[in-house]
Amino acid sequence: MNLLIKGGRVIDPSQGIDETMDVLIADGVVLELGQGIVAPEGTQTIDASGLLVTPGLIDMHVHLRDPGLEYKEDIATGSRAAAAGGFTSVACMPNTSPVIDNKAVACYVVNKAQSEALVNVFPIGSITKGSKGDSLAEMGDLKEAGCVAVSDDGKPVCNSELMRRALEYAKGIGITVISHSEDLALVGEGVMNEGFVSTELGLKGIPWAAEDIAVAREVYLAEFAAAPVHIAHISTAGSARIIRNAKARGVKVTCETAPHYFTLTDDAVRGYNTNAKMNPPLRGESDVAAMKAALADGTIDAIATDHAPHHPDEKDVEFNAALNGIVGLETSLPLSLKLVEDGVLDLKGLVSVMSCNPAKILGLDRGTLRVGAVGDVTVIDPAKEWQVEAAKLESKSKNSPFLGWKMKGKAVYTVVKGQVVYQA
Amino acid sequence: MGFRHKDIIALKDLTKEEIELLLDTADNLSEINQRDIKKVPTLRGKTVINLFYEASTRTRTSFEIAAKRLSADAVNITASTSSVVKGETLSDTAANILAMKPDIIVMRHSVSGAHEYLAKRVSCSVINAGDGAHEHPSQGLLDMLTMRQKFGKLAGLKVAIVGDITHSRVARSNIYGLTTMGAQVFLAGPPTMMPPGIERLGNVTVCKDMREAVDQADVVMMLRIQLERQGKTLLPSMREYSRYFGLNPAVLALAKKDAIVMHPGPINRGVELASSVADCDQSAIMKQVENGVAVRMAMLYHVCGGEPVE
Ligand SMILES: [Zn+2]
Ligand SMILES: [Zn+2]
Repeated sequence: MNLLIKGGRVIDPSQGIDETMDVLIADGVVLELGQGIVAPEGTQTIDASGLLVTPGLIDMHVHLRDPGLEYKEDIATGSRAAAAGGFTSVACMPNTSPVIDNKAVACYVVNKAQSEALVNVFPIGSITKGSKGDSLAEMGDLKEAGCVAVSDDGKPVCNSELMRRALEYAKGIGITVISHSEDLALVGEGVMNEGFVSTELGLKGIPWAAEDIAVAREVYLAEFAAAPVHIAHISTAGSARIIRNAKARGVKVTCETAPHYFTLTDDAVRGYNTNAKMNPPLRGESDVAAMKAALADGTIDAIATDHAPHHPDEKDVEFNAALNGIVGLETSLPLSLKLVEDGVLDLKGLVSVMSCNPAKILGLDRGTLRVGAVGDVTVIDPAKEWQVEAAKLESKSKNSPFLGWKMKGKAVYTVVKGQVVYQA
Repeated sequence: MGFRHKDIIALKDLTKEEIELLLDTADNLSEINQRDIKKVPTLRGKTVINLFYEASTRTRTSFEIAAKRLSADAVNITASTSSVVKGETLSDTAANILAMKPDIIVMRHSVSGAHEYLAKRVSCSVINAGDGAHEHPSQGLLDMLTMRQKFGKLAGLKVAIVGDITHSRVARSNIYGLTTMGAQVFLAGPPTMMPPGIERLGNVTVCKDMREAVDQADVVMMLRIQLERQGKTLLPSMREYSRYFGLNPAVLALAKKDAIVMHPGPINRGVELASSVADCDQSAIMKQVENGVAVRMAMLYHVCGGEPVE
């Protein structure tokens, strides 16, 4: 079955394209780009006039909770949320139960995704066995089984020597290391950003230095090992500055931030709102401004959601007892489109951070509409207004601080290998 | 005017008029505490549950006496060791307690915000008897009542609060209450115990040296240092703390002649307060304890919809 996406504004930074044209996909592969393409008989056609057509969006940091914690989310529901959010590919973190630290668990994810997922699901393996921070996981096997990166996300690799060896070893086999950067001693029993709001609410704070110090360590280790490192979910002005400086002197460091870090401040915690509890925590005004500046100047390479589903029982508790994290797959695109409206990014910049760059960082043959590339496409209506409602979220969990928010912009078609897997 | 809140969670939420009303009521009710038969029928038939997740004999007893003097039925539940250990959540506990149809739940909880959480889920009134490092409104009110009795007013008073501000719900409630009433608050304590942005909570000045805070003060309020909480990182030693942030006669001499010394208790003698200061004529500590009962009577009375006492 062929698919013709007609008359949309095609934005593809990988080819420097921003113009109105047609995209023809045949047998799951981009066959032709151009004006007035006449498709063969029986071709499914999407009228994309007034819409944006981009390489399929890629979320390089999600938690699908499968295996082991399927009551929060599973590969099927997580992939439906991804498709509804316009993502054609997601990379899922290994803090499942059991941890994705060996070939068998990685294969489970790959196989289950093949039979149940609407979008491409790429597992991320752990850096250390059981993500315990003691000894390296079998990264070669993990890569062979389909893992596109390694990370102990959820916790830092505290031992600097072990992190050094992880970077060196991963470089050797060509797999990306993703660092969850926190200095746990500085985090202590903190449950939100340390600042005026934590003082007022009487909650234990997490200082920004806890993130900055850990990011600085990763940068120096990457520089020393001459190996690449990717920093997950940066949230502080300091992290952005450290990474900007490191890039300027040639360190192979990339990073991501999440929509909540350029949209919300720790003010959202007021009222002890557990849907605003996450790790790293929501920060202050100046950090939010720094995230935007770092997106604008290319310091931040990717927008990832850190989609972290939790059951209502895990959030409907006193603030200290609530688990960290929010769902993000279905709100990421409109929150990121706001960056375009606010002049932080142009559309090409947006597609770069939501598709091209994540593909490059993970080594995926995606994030482009080049002829011959996989036919993963997202069709976006940037003007579509809608409201975030728990009942309408595809994710099994509804832990979002954006419930009730009015959003502008939505994926109206999500196309994976030439198949429409989601239509608004 | 009446009191329009279902709950009393935080002094931050109360207006000047509401605080005045509570203090006036407490002043009036304190007369009952002087009688031979210390009981009035005001809250007869009402049930008050004291739900304490943190041990605090003083506050619990004070609330219990306050309820009984108003003829309410008071029941104590100590939840810290029983249900939490069994894995019962606060919302389960709340549901179970609510099923017993109380009129007021007085709660002490170690987690900031626990009361806001509870109050949203129950139809009865919730009174905060201390939540984490957030607020302790009954303590703030009894402190203000004690000051008002001594000076006749709160506006214009200079109040020094010294000690572990970061972890102190007493400090926060006093800061909100006192600045709402027009007093000036000066804080002092080790930098490791001074939380960021505290000066933005109201008309608050942070002093490096406790002597600056105490200088010409009308009230010197010393906070309890919780030895177990300071761990190894916040203080070099109790000895050093008492040397730089303890109140001794020499430092107290910097305050106004008629200044009073306050402490929420229990005192670590020789740490926050030299014994000679704790027991001196300027010490208002026993007056605070006495006022605690009257203030708590006023709180119970007003959340039950009482009109001002004539
Ligand atoms: Zn993480
Ligand atoms: Zn994560």
